[in-house]
Amino acid sequence: MTELAWIDAALTSARPQAIGALLRYFRDLDTAEEAFQEACLRALRTWPINGPPRDPAAWLILVGRNSALDHVRRRSKQEELPSEDILSNLEDAEAETVRRLDDSHYRDDVLRLLFICCHPELPATQQIALALRVVSGLTVKEIARAFLVGESAMEQRITRAKRRIAAADVPFETPGAPERAERLSAVAAMIYLLFNEGYSASGGDVHVRVSLCEEAIRLARLLLRLFQGEPEVIGLTALLLLQHARAKARLDSEGAIVLLEDQDRGLWNRDLIAEGLALVDKALRHRRPGPYQVQAAIAAVHARATRPEDTDWIAIDLLYATLEGLQPSPVVTLNRAVAVCKARGPEPALRMVEPLEGPLSGYFHFFGVKGWLLTRLGRDDEARIAFGRAIALARTPAEAAHIRLHLDRLADSGAGAQAPA
Amino acid sequence: MLYAILCYNDETAVGSWSKEKDEAVMAQHGERLRVLAGKRKLGPVARLMPTTAATTLRDGRETLVLDGPFAETKEQLLGFYIVDCASLDEVIEAAKGLMVEGGALEIRPVLFYQPPEGAGR
Repeated sequence: MTELAWIDAALTSARPQAIGALLRYFRDLDTAEEAFQEACLRALRTWPINGPPRDPAAWLILVGRNSALDHVRRRSKQEELPSEDILSNLEDAEAETVRRLDDSHYRDDVLRLLFICCHPELPATQQIALALRVVSGLTVKEIARAFLVGESAMEQRITRAKRRIAAADVPFETPGAPERAERLSAVAAMIYLLFNEGYSASGGDVHVRVSLCEEAIRLARLLLRLFQGEPEVIGLTALLLLQHARAKARLDSEGAIVLLEDQDRGLWNRDLIAEGLALVDKALRHRRPGPYQVQAAIAAVHARATRPEDTDWIAIDLLYATLEGLQPSPVVTLNRAVAVCKARGPEPALRMVEPLEGPLSGYFHFFGVKGWLLTRLGRDDEARIAFGRAIALARTPAEAAHIRLHLDRLADSGAGAQAPA
Repeated sequence: MLYAILCYNDETAVGSWSKEKDEAVMAQHGERLRVLAGKRKLGPVARLMPTTAATTLRDGRETLVLDGPFAETKEQLLGFYIVDCASLDEVIEAAKGLMVEGGALEIRPVLFYQPPEGAGR
């Protein structure tokens, strides 16, 4: 690795910790970011000469804090600056900082920083944008590209988000256990949202989308390193790894979505699957199930099946039943119905789906699944009506095209329809 | 004499590498290992999963099972085992059986394993 690349990697990896600590000192996001920026500039100047510090994060925190304090002093007293001499006896000071900033401090710093980005007063899109800017250090231009908006619009979005946070009351004291749990679940939700932003959208630059997923995984791992024993954080990381493992198989050469059972499983990333499965194993040992763990367990059942017909649908049905208990939602029941159909046939599945028509009357996938179940039962006329509703609700041409395929098969009265979801 | 060579690096930085970069680094490793293997000097090679996948056992009146890597600094690495188990529960049981006289054991899933090609067979 070249020297510059090494420094760049070290700065990126130290960023959440360093900005988190600087935020604790200055209690202001802009000041913390500027202090970190200044520390990075000094690192680029001095690390190539003096060699890398033992603990890059501690170095950046110390230098960032001093430089920001200098700014304050300069503004108030117009005094001459003690320029670079701060750096001269840094070795001792660095060891001292490391001693003082124990792990638990770092932990709450990073959690606070992440939590500020997903403050409940911010809409979801602002949360993600802010986290990418502040925690991940992506440029406004990169974030704008990921969200398919102009650079100035994204700049505005981030500025607005920061203003809202400054106005909101974010406590800086060390959080108690209930606050910590609440922050953790808000941060986990934001990371999941970020992943889905990269995972679900079919439009836009594929590479940018993939990098959003990778960034979400990086943040999940960061959170997990800080909270090793939290089963839901383990579950979230496992879920993201197992879903991302399928990324290469999810789109065909034209960029259309390939359904799970049609995917070339040889394209699945076995390393990510192995790590995801190891994490699911770890989480389940706690016997404290939560929505991320159960979803990860469902993804794990799919990942373990070398061929679609090897899928353990009975296990998936049971896991969805658990998820319904933890997080009741008509969409979860709809997904369960697909597993029920595979495990026990279309009849019980249709009985499960029919009561959902009220809450899901505007949901494309509902009519797709219903049409598919009706086809399996040979009720072609009703199936046609359901597919017609689905086409009317399709959000993308790819979705509509997929349903038309089902209608064509009906017209041929061909056997063996495929699952639409 | 058999020697173990242990690899250390910043996990966060390594974890941030792109897939291409990771593959390039591993390919370079592979080349250098082939040189050693050619001289019949290469034993087993393993790449471990990140420490987030680790579980640690600590000896006491009752053996404690903790999530995460071994993080104390007052003990030193004295040896390692490679075992083939079907689940985390099974490997924890196996590790408990290996706990003889104090200390701690860190269980880390192996991401990549290459059996001995020369030395140490």
